[in-house]
Amino acid sequence: MAAPKLVLRDITMIYPARRGQAITAIDRLSLQVQEREIVSIVGPSGCGKSTLLRLVAGLIRPTSGEILLDGRRVEGPGADRGMVFQSYTLFPWLTVQGNVEFGLRIRGVGAEERREIARRYIELVGLVGFEHAYPKELSGGMMQRVAIARVLANDPEVLLMDEPFGALDAQTRSLMQELLLQVWEKTRKTILFVTHDIDEAIFLGDRVYVMTARPGRIKEEIPVSLPRPRTLEVTTAEPFMAIKRRVLSLIREEIGKQS
Amino acid sequence: MQGRRPGARGRFLRAMGEYLKPQEAIPGSLYRTIMLAGGLGALVVWGVLTYGGFVSSLFLPSPTDIVRTGIELYRDGSLIVHAKASTFVIFSGWAMAAALAVPLGILMGSFKVVEALIEPVVDFVRYLPVSALIPLLILYIGIGTAEKIAVIFIGTFFQLILLVADVSAHVSKDLLDAAYTLGASRAHVITRVLVPATLPGVMDNLRITMGWAWTYLVVAELVAADRGLGYLILDSMRGLFTDRIFVGLMVIGLLGFATDQFFKWLHRILLPWSPKV
Ligand SMILES: Nc1ncnc2c1ncn2[C@@H]1O[C@H](COP(=O)(O)OP(=O)(O)O)[C@@H](O)[C@H]1O
Ligand SMILES: [Mg+2]
Repeated sequence: MAAPKLVLRDITMIYPARRGQAITAIDRLSLQVQEREIVSIVGPSGCGKSTLLRLVAGLIRPTSGEILLDGRRVEGPGADRGMVFQSYTLFPWLTVQGNVEFGLRIRGVGAEERREIARRYIELVGLVGFEHAYPKELSGGMMQRVAIARVLANDPEVLLMDEPFGALDAQTRSLMQELLLQVWEKTRKTILFVTHDIDEAIFLGDRVYVMTARPGRIKEEIPVSLPRPRTLEVTTAEPFMAIKRRVLSLIREEIGKQS
Repeated sequence: MQGRRPGARGRFLRAMGEYLKPQEAIPGSLYRTIMLAGGLGALVVWGVLTYGGFVSSLFLPSPTDIVRTGIELYRDGSLIVHAKASTFVIFSGWAMAAALAVPLGILMGSFKVVEALIEPVVDFVRYLPVSALIPLLILYIGIGTAEKIAVIFIGTFFQLILLVADVSAHVSKDLLDAAYTLGASRAHVITRVLVPATLPGVMDNLRITMGWAWTYLVVAELVAADRGLGYLILDSMRGLFTDRIFVGLMVIGLLGFATDQFFKWLHRILLPWSPKV
């Protein structure tokens, strides 16, 4: 197998005490992501999933351990690791197009080229006609589409997604999951996708890492050998169900430990 | 109720039930009607009290008295002089406060270092009554227009800085982090994300402190003034010209209201993307 795209080696993250105790959010966690792979991470709420992504994004530094992207150590945030958040993080003062162009503008890409790239990704996420709308005029699902286009326009090495559809209603969420897979078919980006929704993790992922309750570790790695391209139909078939039963029982164990 | 048509009492009770739910919207036409009724009601009560002779005009002049005096003061030019003088003082003091308090407030809300440095001082000074500082202001800068502007400045600066700090402290952390993962440097994040993100809140607070500036006007024109609406009111008190006092109050209220509307309009024009528009 080729060298992995992303490597997390023995990561420990301890949030220092403000008042009271220091919190060990992640404890000696290791995982790898191959190029063009979609890797899902599921775990009970509070197990350190967001912390994990923020570490990979370089927004926070691990207490110990190292993170390697293409063999280079991650030292801080950068455009090569774009992140989509659960909360809506579009810049309200920029139009859809302005948002998608944000990273390009910062890098000093010329106006003509910016517009062309933005047009491509706005089309990819199905928002043609909304280029000049402000975020306040968009629905939650549309905002997350823009957030995805905004990250992709930067042509990142890895896409980090922290429960990006968690705030959406069930129907919109399924639509967005299918959209993400279509986008992936066309761009083949490496994706690290965090969620607490087991169906979502399996439907999207080539592999699912199940995390333990806090402090977060990898409890188990489960391959998802469902053929691609996938549509929502796979979620009702037996192979999917078998994987789901397995993940569910693992998660149940962890939730049981918590309470 | 079934079958029978509800009487007036029934309809009234039903309307009460429908429109008096907490936080429930009511039809726009009804809202405007009630608003009009409120205004007219106040006017009627005022009219009855004054024209009916229940209250001496020394205490409360009638609406027509006030309009007549207002026109008189306008004709002899003094009202315009007073209004101009006050407007100048208010806008100068408030603009200086805004020019300093907005950047300082943004820094204070965003950087703990700045907060630790200036918050204790601000929290101390803002509890000092502005009127009590007037003797010092006179000592430092004399009794001219500058002193009056300084009163407005002090009255708004220390409040505004805290309001703006609060706005910038509440800018979503995820918004800043999203910018970092799009390749923004710290300088970019501050100038291209943090500052624009504060604009709607800053705009709102500029409007609110402008309102407070008007309420400081009489305090500002308390000492050694020879013009201004505050001066008009204080001066009229000596001769018990109650009608003039009311003219002064009306003009302050109207100017304040107009400024407020102007700021709301500016907000819509300058920040069409603002969620508050
Ligand atoms: N900035 C922080 N300071 C202190 N503790 C934190 C911080 N961020 C998260 N935590 C704690 O770390 C643990 C993991 O949080 P998080 O990564 O957000 O979990 P998840 O995303 O899986 O719900 C939680 O117990 C949370 O309270
Ligand atoms: Mg989380």
